[in-house]
Amino acid sequence: MIKMRGGGVGVSARAGRFGGSVAETNAAPQRLQVAGMTKRFGSLVALDDISLTLEAGAFHALLGENGAGKSTLVKCVMGYHAPDKGTVILGGVEQTIRGPRDAHALGIGMVYQHFTLVPSMTVAENLLLARADLPMVIDRGAEGRRMQEFVKDMPFKVDLTAPVSALAAGEKQKVEILKQLYVDCRILILDEPTSVLTPGEADEILGLLHDMTMAGRLSVLMITHKLREVMAFADEVTVLRRGRLAGRGKVEKLTPRDLAEMMIGSSEIAAPAERAVQTNGRERLRLERLCADNDKGHRAVSNVSLFVRAGEIVGIAGVSGNGQTELVEVLAGQRESSAGTVTVHGEPYTATRAEMRRHKVFCLSEDPLRNACVSRMSVAENLAYRRFDEPPLTLGRWFLNRGAMRRAASDLITRYRITVSSPDAPAGTLSGGNVQRMVLARELSGEVDVLIAANPCFGLDIAAVAEIRAQIMRARNRGAAILLVSEDLDELFELADRLVVMFNGDLVYETEIAGADLATVGRYMAGH
Amino acid sequence: MEALGWWGVPLAVLGGAIRASTPFLFVSLGECLTEKSGRINLGLEGTLVMGAMSGYGIAYLTGWPWLGVVVAGSSGMALGALHGVVCSRPRVNDIAVGIALMLFGLGLAFYLGKPFIQPKAPRLPAIDLGWWSSSPQVRAALEVNVLFIVGAVLAPALLWALNNTRWGLAVRAVGDSADAARAMGYPVNRVRLLSTVAGGFLAGIGGSFLSLYYPGSWNEALSSGQGLMAVALVIFARWDPVLCFFAALLFGGAGALGPALQSVGITWGYYLFNAAPYVLTLLIMIATSSTRRTLIGAPGELSVTK
Repeated sequence: MIKMRGGGVGVSARAGRFGGSVAETNAAPQRLQVAGMTKRFGSLVALDDISLTLEAGAFHALLGENGAGKSTLVKCVMGYHAPDKGTVILGGVEQTIRGPRDAHALGIGMVYQHFTLVPSMTVAENLLLARADLPMVIDRGAEGRRMQEFVKDMPFKVDLTAPVSALAAGEKQKVEILKQLYVDCRILILDEPTSVLTPGEADEILGLLHDMTMAGRLSVLMITHKLREVMAFADEVTVLRRGRLAGRGKVEKLTPRDLAEMMIGSSEIAAPAERAVQTNGRERLRLERLCADNDKGHRAVSNVSLFVRAGEIVGIAGVSGNGQTELVEVLAGQRESSAGTVTVHGEPYTATRAEMRRHKVFCLSEDPLRNACVSRMSVAENLAYRRFDEPPLTLGRWFLNRGAMRRAASDLITRYRITVSSPDAPAGTLSGGNVQRMVLARELSGEVDVLIAANPCFGLDIAAVAEIRAQIMRARNRGAAILLVSEDLDELFELADRLVVMFNGDLVYETEIAGADLATVGRYMAGH
Repeated sequence: MEALGWWGVPLAVLGGAIRASTPFLFVSLGECLTEKSGRINLGLEGTLVMGAMSGYGIAYLTGWPWLGVVVAGSSGMALGALHGVVCSRPRVNDIAVGIALMLFGLGLAFYLGKPFIQPKAPRLPAIDLGWWSSSPQVRAALEVNVLFIVGAVLAPALLWALNNTRWGLAVRAVGDSADAARAMGYPVNRVRLLSTVAGGFLAGIGGSFLSLYYPGSWNEALSSGQGLMAVALVIFARWDPVLCFFAALLFGGAGALGPALQSVGITWGYYLFNAAPYVLTLLIMIATSSTRRTLIGAPGELSVTK
């Protein structure tokens, strides 16, 4: 009852309800069972008879590839989807959950893959918003004091008065978790909680959660595809593959290899491409004191200078939101730089179509369906964007040669193994992996001198990732100068020849990959 | 006039600002609330004219101007509800619906308002804040309508409510991040619907001021785009109700420039000076726009700033 202290009359008036929940604060979470969950979307079976038990105080990992049904399963638990079959049992009692509010009332809270914080509000306001019993008129003083008391008891430290838009990703993730604890959720579902964090931040947050489960204050169900996190933090694991149960067990009795096999089954993985030895190639791309502003008009890229030689992959590591997006947009011609120069082959480069063509500059943008495709136009048209205004795809330079365009597309579809019903299908109907293969086919099928790649494997399954990384390595071996911006350190360590770290718009660290150390890179990513 | 000379111009502009700003104030507060919830209602021009017509009609028929104000607000609520309901459907563009609603509101008001163009309805009362002065110009400038005072109180009250009430937090959350609001169980569409209804109510009241106080008659050229200018005004005021109040005064003053200059005998360029609010709108839009960044303070869910 510590929280009642210091409150005035206004607090005690409402203390009845809140006081009740304070008593529950230290109560153990209940056991959560999911039984026979089945969910179909049209003809697609997203979940096929999945059962799972989250013991009280357990740290349970839900592992699987993208599209394996992990998110669908937890959304059924949270009441976002109505399952076709199956039940949620909490502490032995069957529950009907019609939406997140119902779930919260039962003490089940979810932290989503994308932040669900209101950016213009402060941390305190975001916590208040989450409360179901928020009074009509909010007594800021009393609420503030009560919140301070609450935070004092929590392992997560954040500034309650800071606006969320000013927080780093790791801090936002802490606020997300705090928010669930603040509304007394003792069963926490985390959807890929570390995808936007540095390794250091991820370990800190998962470690704190792990301690809380050990103390019996919390149960955690964590969706992930990172084997390392499962091995390090989880007690139990359930593996899904294409909507089916692929395995489960105690983590201590499993090896990463077992888990990987459960996850991908018998699907074929492309062997990583060999890194051909390159002698010092000629410099192709050079950025000189490049600056750019973000959409809010603040400096996002400041004085970035670097060069990339032919036959070399330079990786840019960094937590998302440190200016990488803006940097790539400048190089792709989607954003104006505010100062500095870009040169390709020693000539000034402003990403006009003529310059791209002359210097053979290509780009794998992040979120390709948004940045590199027109989703309502056909695959054939999307594949022709680089060359549609040149023979042989034109008739007399004025009209499009649809036949030639479709033939060129069919050829690329076979060569790059794009799964699509016909070249005339709209690009938006393709799966994530196939969209990236389509863009890859367009950008890498010709001669490439310079390639800008931004998170090329984000959100793809293991097979597609392996294939796309192999393609990028092959382009390097053919002599392309590649600038690879990625939030995935494994990817950078696998592909890059040289690594630079971007923090707060600045390049803060550079190393040859041979001598690079993960911990050091992680520290620079966090700004230390 | 002889006593004041050229001093009459700023005084008349001040008086005009107080008088002509009231519709701007109400429409912009309504629009501000609607936009805070993440939707733009461009139909408020239609709502304003519909409010002016219905308020005038009811005041004329019953003899009670305040009942006219209430009815004007209610017709605004009805139009706001229409906008809110239509925009709750998936893949409906709020801008397009707003334009359609503006034309609908104007057409309906002109059609229903035909019989009220000639007759004279009772006017809303005013409070004489210039009683201490012997100058008729000062007294005229400080004759303040009750609705202006209501609006002036409403602006800080709205700001307070947005920051300190459950509804205020819900409106801001829904307007800044629908995903976040949904995840916390706030009904996004319902919050937006209610915000649009409330916004329509305020715009309707703004309309009744036009027909029942200043200029104080009903005709089809009554609003001349004030409902649309209020949208620019909200952007200029950075979605802050209190700044909306000052911006409304500025727009009102700009509108009073022409008549004020005429009153001291400057007759040339009357129509040019009357265009001052439109020029102001244009200048504000140019000054606040940028190809490089989004607007500061804009609710994250607005379709024009996303």
